[in-house]
Amino acid sequence: MFRPLKKNFTLIARYGNQLKKAVWIPLLEPPKATVPNLLKIRNLKVDFQIHGGVVHAVQDFSFDVRPGKIVALVGESGSGKSVTAQAIMGLLPAKARIAAGEMLFFDPETPEKPPIDLAQLRPESNAMRAIRGARIAMIFQDAMACFSQLHTIGDQVSEALFLHRDVSKKEGWELTEVMLGLVGFLNPAKAMHLYPFELSGGLRQRAMIAMALVCRPSLVIADESTTALDVSIQAQILKLIKDLREELNLSVLMITHDLGVVANVADEVVVVYQGHVMESGTVEDIFNAPRHPYLKALLNAVPQFDMKDKQRLIPVSTIQHSIGPLITGREPWPETENEDAPMLLVGDLNKSFVSRKGSFFGAGDATVVHAVRDVNFTVNRGECFGLIGESGSGKSTVSRCIMRALSPDTGQIIFNDRGSLVDMAKLDDAGLVPYRRKIQMVFQEPFSSLNPRMTIFDVIREPLIIHKVGNDETQKEIVKELMMAVGLDPRFLNRYPHSFSGGQAQRIGIARALALKPDLLVFDEPVSSLDVSIQAQVLNLLRDLQDELELTYLFISHNLAVVDYVADHIAVMCRGRLVEMASHDALFREPVHPYTRALMPAVPFADLNRRLDFSALMDGRMSDPRAWPKPFTVTDESSPEYVQVGDSHFVLASSEEEGAVLVR
Amino acid sequence: MFRYIIRRVLLMIPTLLAISLLVFTIIELPPGDYIESYIAQLEAQGEAANPELLDFLREQYGFDKPAYERYFNWVVGMVQGDFGFSFEYHLPVSEVVGDRLFLTILISVATIIFTWLIAFPIAIYSATHQYSWGDHGLTLLGLLGLATPNFLLALILLYFANVVFGTSIGGLMDPEYLNQPWSVDKAISVLEHLWVPVVVVGTAGTAGLIRRLRANLLDELQKHYVVAARAKGLPQGRLLVKYPLRVAINFLVSDIGHILPHIISGSELVAIVLSLPTTGPILISALQSQDMYLAGSFLMFLSTLTVVGVLISDLALTALDPRIRLERGAES
Repeated sequence: MFRPLKKNFTLIARYGNQLKKAVWIPLLEPPKATVPNLLKIRNLKVDFQIHGGVVHAVQDFSFDVRPGKIVALVGESGSGKSVTAQAIMGLLPAKARIAAGEMLFFDPETPEKPPIDLAQLRPESNAMRAIRGARIAMIFQDAMACFSQLHTIGDQVSEALFLHRDVSKKEGWELTEVMLGLVGFLNPAKAMHLYPFELSGGLRQRAMIAMALVCRPSLVIADESTTALDVSIQAQILKLIKDLREELNLSVLMITHDLGVVANVADEVVVVYQGHVMESGTVEDIFNAPRHPYLKALLNAVPQFDMKDKQRLIPVSTIQHSIGPLITGREPWPETENEDAPMLLVGDLNKSFVSRKGSFFGAGDATVVHAVRDVNFTVNRGECFGLIGESGSGKSTVSRCIMRALSPDTGQIIFNDRGSLVDMAKLDDAGLVPYRRKIQMVFQEPFSSLNPRMTIFDVIREPLIIHKVGNDETQKEIVKELMMAVGLDPRFLNRYPHSFSGGQAQRIGIARALALKPDLLVFDEPVSSLDVSIQAQVLNLLRDLQDELELTYLFISHNLAVVDYVADHIAVMCRGRLVEMASHDALFREPVHPYTRALMPAVPFADLNRRLDFSALMDGRMSDPRAWPKPFTVTDESSPEYVQVGDSHFVLASSEEEGAVLVR
Repeated sequence: MFRYIIRRVLLMIPTLLAISLLVFTIIELPPGDYIESYIAQLEAQGEAANPELLDFLREQYGFDKPAYERYFNWVVGMVQGDFGFSFEYHLPVSEVVGDRLFLTILISVATIIFTWLIAFPIAIYSATHQYSWGDHGLTLLGLLGLATPNFLLALILLYFANVVFGTSIGGLMDPEYLNQPWSVDKAISVLEHLWVPVVVVGTAGTAGLIRRLRANLLDELQKHYVVAARAKGLPQGRLLVKYPLRVAINFLVSDIGHILPHIISGSELVAIVLSLPTTGPILISALQSQDMYLAGSFLMFLSTLTVVGVLISDLALTALDPRIRLERGAES
């Protein structure tokens, strides 16, 4: 899908000839001069003026960025890492100010001049603006939000060039094309005229990198720039950043909380915690001999693939929870019924969406997007069933069909309610009401799934009111027990959601989902927006609750290691199809389907001995069903089936005979 | 593009037909007709009506025919450019309205421009200096403008215009130019009189617009792409114009469809107070005296304006906003 970088040299050569030499040399050739240090931060202190006092977001940061190095600034939210980036860029919010310290920038373009102290420049001064975007640039987290939807890619990417460099309209436009080609656009000339929403997520991220690099800055700050991406795209973007660093002699200050990313791309690491630098050094020093307890704790909190079955994550701080009598004690299964029967059976599920794809001003024809195609799986009682896939693979649509927030087009969703089988897909709204109690959901965004105008008490109590459980008094007791079950103090019940941290808010969401004593809980990316240490807390809590309350989980995530940690069986989805299904050991250790096999090498481990092999990346080709080799190829004509390749290990392939080849 | 416009224009036909039916029904709803209110008027003045004349009038204007036939004739007439006959003025409707139409449109357009000229800078200032003294002060001023009754403001401004500038009270031009052909002097006189109604009708709209624009801009200023643009080193002023304002304009454009009829109908009271020769006062008197062709045609005129306004704003939005234009043409 993307042009490998070697070919980009030909691209540059091709475009380069058309460019004036004067423009060409400073903009695409690395500056000759080398400086020992690019950025030298000493005793940086940033204060926030808030209601009733001052918050010291950054208390004492000192570190260096040397030319051509990737420096990772690692910490969880609230550690001051993003504030540092904003301070360097002069983009601090109005309430913040640099209280002390210096940030010396040694510009390799002008090595003869003394360094500039960025801390002394006013953010809107001409001197600061001349550096911002031209000498130091920034790559943000969410590419979709960072592009204006009303301006073309070409317009926005070239903007900094026209602002800072003396180029004509034509030269600037050509240079922008070169830069887009450099970050992996196959057809940069066409991309210039596209709007951000017309690009895929990966390409948008690439365009944003081009936007930051177009003026050939010496330093690029990447603020969580791969956090929101799927593993395969993340790996591609990390590769791109590494390649560009070499090609353009770039220094990168990478701000992240993902130790896997750090281990794979960083040269040097600075670990920060609550406004202080905890530890810094080369990536080898940090990973092989972590000294500071915080860093050790952080490393232990990351799920690994080779964990033993009962091995637990060790969060930085643990939470204590207790289960009260009111929320336990589910209705027992009748003795005559088979308790080992599957809890949920999804059969031949199909869901498509119709969208009007407008040609230019035309009325447009309806196009049908098959979000879910012939998906089959069963969830056993008491297990955690993991569903993985990249964004757009249809995993969330499946969960919404099971919740009946969406109605499937065809197919069955059979829920085993203590021996009586109910097809949820056939029920009408009234018929669904009793089953709403049995299946509950926890959402990805903790805050947007809690009404900011309701107290926590009201939030957790609401399901009880809707389903008329108990009277006022018992409802109060139940809510209190639910709070304790997720390790929160019941005294917080009269607070509003905004006074909780992300992890606490997510636990409130879990408490709400538990209120009706459900049998099945559906989690849609429950820990994706949480820091590693908080993620470990929540994952451990989920494991405990499952045992204590005899719950069955359907766990959806794009984070493979997380799913591997919690799930017993895992299904992999790609482009609406379920391509492989196996126990978690078998899936990750003996993957059969080409898509699954392409996923694993893209996962960044927080382990120097298992770095990503960037040269082996599949460039996202494996996401295309037509590109799968035989017998996995899926075309409009072929009707693939599930072929059993091992004990409860199924894979989507064309036919029986060819499928037999798969069994090793 | 061409197909889209054709489709939208064709869609206007059934819309306008439905509106005409509604208008006709509403006008027909009150008991009696123009002849009866004419008799009542004559009797109130102590005169007797000539029954032969009344019968002649009834026949002439088709009051003896069933309603659907009259409706049909009215609509067919309008399509042919014949808007019927005003009983009250004893003139064809087009002649009664036509004269005033130009002045109405003049005042409306001037008002819209006035509103935007005032509202834009204030809204931008307020949004970029949120919660500053300037913001609070301008907000207060805007709210005052919103709360002051238009007719009161009209009277006050008329008084000052007369005392300070010596402008004649009422009307849109000095009395000597009434019913005169257009000349440079007449145009100057119109301009001298124009500002009072423009300011009066404009103030209320301005305040509302400031509030909405400010809220819109504040929303946009929070967005990540504004930070991203700052990170490129874009100066504040250029950034503001290129990104948030560009987005806010979409919202203004989508408002055009509603502004036009609102300003034209909203200025009626003011028009009466200022005795402006616009269409507003005519509509009110026509509705009172059941001068059905005049009232009906006028309402149809307003409705057509709304429908056309919505069409214009939709077309403009389609041209301005790529998200609408290229709806989900995603390339993977």
